[in-house]
Amino acid sequence: MKVAIIVFPGSNCDRDMHHVLTDVFHLESQLVWHTDELPKNVDAIVLPGGFSYGDRLRAGVIAAHSPVIKDVKKMAEKGMPVLGVCNGFQILVESGLLPGALLKNTSLNFMCKWTEIIVKNNKTPFTNKFKLNQRIPIAIANGEGRYYADAKTLALLKKNNQIVFTYAEEVNGASLDIAGISNKAGNVVGMMPHPERSAEQIINPNDSKPASLIFKSLLSTLGVTA
Amino acid sequence: MSLTPRESEYLEKKIGRKPNPLELQIVAAEWSEHCSYKSSKKHLRILPKEGKRVISGPGYDSGVLDVGDGYVVTVHIESHNHPSAVEPYGGAATGVGGVIRDILSAGTRPIALLDGLRFGDIEKDHHAQWLFKNAVRGIADYGNCLGIPTIGGEIEFDKCFTNYALVDVASIGFGKKENLIRNKAEKGDYVVLIGGSTGRDGVGGSQFASDKLEAENRSAVQIPDPFIEKLVIEVILEARNQKCIKAMKDLGGGGLSCAISETADALGVGIELDISLVHTREQNMSPSEIMISESQERMLVITDLKKLDTLKKICDKFRVPYSVIGRIKSDTLMEVKLDKNTVAKLPSQIVANAPLLDRPSSKPKYLSDIEKVKKPKVPKDLSQTLLRMLSNPNIASRQWVYTQYDHEVGIRTVVKPGNDGAVLRLDNGKFLAVKIDGNSKHCYINPRDGVMGCFDEACRNIVCTGAKPIGMVDHLQFGNPEDPEIFWTFKESVQAITDYARYFEIPCVGGKVSLYNETDEGPIKPTPLIGVLGLIDEKPLVPKKIENGDLLVTLGTTKDELGGSEYYEYIHELVGGKCPAVDMKSSKKTQDAVLELIQRDIVKVAHDCSKGGLAVAVSKLCIMNKTGCTISLEKIPSEKLHHDELLFSESHSRFLLVIKSQDEKQTLSILKQRGITHARIGIFSGKDIIFKEKTNAVARVRVDKAQEKWLNSLGALVTHG
Repeated sequence: MKVAIIVFPGSNCDRDMHHVLTDVFHLESQLVWHTDELPKNVDAIVLPGGFSYGDRLRAGVIAAHSPVIKDVKKMAEKGMPVLGVCNGFQILVESGLLPGALLKNTSLNFMCKWTEIIVKNNKTPFTNKFKLNQRIPIAIANGEGRYYADAKTLALLKKNNQIVFTYAEEVNGASLDIAGISNKAGNVVGMMPHPERSAEQIINPNDSKPASLIFKSLLSTLGVTA
Repeated sequence: MSLTPRESEYLEKKIGRKPNPLELQIVAAEWSEHCSYKSSKKHLRILPKEGKRVISGPGYDSGVLDVGDGYVVTVHIESHNHPSAVEPYGGAATGVGGVIRDILSAGTRPIALLDGLRFGDIEKDHHAQWLFKNAVRGIADYGNCLGIPTIGGEIEFDKCFTNYALVDVASIGFGKKENLIRNKAEKGDYVVLIGGSTGRDGVGGSQFASDKLEAENRSAVQIPDPFIEKLVIEVILEARNQKCIKAMKDLGGGGLSCAISETADALGVGIELDISLVHTREQNMSPSEIMISESQERMLVITDLKKLDTLKKICDKFRVPYSVIGRIKSDTLMEVKLDKNTVAKLPSQIVANAPLLDRPSSKPKYLSDIEKVKKPKVPKDLSQTLLRMLSNPNIASRQWVYTQYDHEVGIRTVVKPGNDGAVLRLDNGKFLAVKIDGNSKHCYINPRDGVMGCFDEACRNIVCTGAKPIGMVDHLQFGNPEDPEIFWTFKESVQAITDYARYFEIPCVGGKVSLYNETDEGPIKPTPLIGVLGLIDEKPLVPKKIENGDLLVTLGTTKDELGGSEYYEYIHELVGGKCPAVDMKSSKKTQDAVLELIQRDIVKVAHDCSKGGLAVAVSKLCIMNKTGCTISLEKIPSEKLHHDELLFSESHSRFLLVIKSQDEKQTLSILKQRGITHARIGIFSGKDIIFKEKTNAVARVRVDKAQEKWLNSLGALVTHG
């Protein structure tokens, strides 16, 4: 079982994700440079956070045109679990794998703090270990994290059960308080908060167990018994 | 800017001829106060630099400390004051970039940033608000993009910084000892310039910073590009892993002139370079512009023929521009060519070592009666005074600032901003605590006691996390050193830092001097900044939730030391009085006792008592835990003081400890045994913060009201407009 972590120029949560997958959850993971081909024996893909291409033009838009994205799209269509965190979420949206857009926070500032999100769909590869409406204390850190979609898209998201996480408090002015969504099939999930910053008790000021279920869900999806 | 007549004479004598105009530019950049430390160097020699953890090597731009198990921590501090005063966003951002490259130069990955910010009267001065807001944004945009967490810092506002800004940035690095760059070079090795292109930004920046700020010289301010910096970091670390780097230096003040001459001098070699090979972003740059441009995000790497191709491949992978600009020679000259023609040729040892000065010093006249002030009248309503103190921009929560900084990236931040010191976890299972502290108000009233207080405060903050201090850095910021009175305050500060460092056996592993911090309105107050690093072997004290019935114990004596206090200066607009002085012996004893109590796992929260005194320190504990507390003033160990003095004195070497009631006996007996002045002064409960004498409430505020003032006051000043 192997997870590919795609590294773009400017990604900066890649090593954090690698540490959590490998050292905390004992899941083999490999950093894959954006111009390289996706390794053959990959079972899941993670697009980590950071500032790919320095957020130039718009967060995630240039990375969405990286060579590796073609492979990611192919695998996503085949049903492989794909997780985009923060800048990874922005890249998934810019590449068309997920609907909507991520805009500047209403505060117009970068915002780094701890908050809570609520699980709204517990059927995805990253949420199947949760109870519905379970709360997750989690770290957020972004400047363009306000999820936005038009009314029609939002209605579709609701109808297709694509809203995966919502914020438990008003955080950044996101439509329907959305913190994370999935594609229609449910295998591609994008989220602004950082599960990799929240799954170890030593760095989580609240409770790290809920956030760790995101990774345990993936383990279970991949058939690894913890 | 050029050389003084005496320096010109010295240079001509040393090289045996008149320098040509380009050579003069190169030397003038390197001999600027900013690069050469010509005023301060002689005096800095007294600082203790040895210690069992200190690793020193030739040409290191940062301090290196051995933290065991084959790992090292590096640390460096710098300021970017002049540029930030002109263009706060770019000035602060490039300040971050510069200090990070110093960490990188040692071959370590930057893992944390701290920043110290100082501006004028933020409540009334719109220019100060603009500077503050944009400096914060500059630091945030740069550090966040790099993925290096900004984990702490400090902020001070004072009229002496009107129309000016102090932006200090400290960075911490971490790596394996075996990966430290050895800094050796042999004849024939290649000199490679990696990173951003060289442009006309920052031309003459170091000379600009070596004079009073008079005109807004925007071309001397560098332009930030954090994306290139991030790529440069990854290129350098990959090149390090593949052993492509024999020696390395970052390009900072003085640009190529400084990097080339200092590298050649430190390694004892000659360097020949051809500036027509330098990748530039503008056309028709003159040789002197190329040599003294301070364009950012550039590193100078020395590699050999065997590894040159690998290095090029790594740069290509990250699409980072580079140019092979020169070779190492067996002589000790720096020879600058333009195509085939030699345009400058100087002994690097001469360029890199400006003639040092003996500046005269004399005790400032203002100090003779500054301590003699008439005590202000005790305010009638001390509850109101306390609320005003909590909304004082020098005391109010820094949340508006640190939530704009990514302080979690890297997943090392165990004790987060908003507490005393920040704590990072290291790969060997140990923890590193870091804090920087400064206090211009204290240092103005007594430069010696003031800076020793800053040192003590930083140590106390470190101790509050359960860490033992292992090293320090200083950043000495003053006005024009040619003024004997200012130079006297500089010398006093260095002496005080030396005394404290020796007594506490904390080696000084790095530092920086920044002089000429003045505008037409005059010099800044003496503002030395102290950064302290501490190591925790097992587990840090992460503040625990305070519950009803928990007890508050105070350590140390509260004294009649209100000079330079926030209470005098903010409430009474009074500058003067006696500033707090450190009793090193009792401070050491107290710190050791706190560490023992933390190690025994008795302490729930350890909190330093400093700006705003006891009343503010207690209020902060209550606010952060949303609980009330009742304090009995008569129990506080103190000199004979009025109520206001007891509440707001900023005497040093005091701690507040929160313990469970069942641990009271053990705690008090340990403190008694160790001979520490202490008392149980309060109990947590309810919704009010109450300071009472016997049965009379002297001050009483509701926690939610206090919280509102403390949490929002700073942000409210800058969020609108």
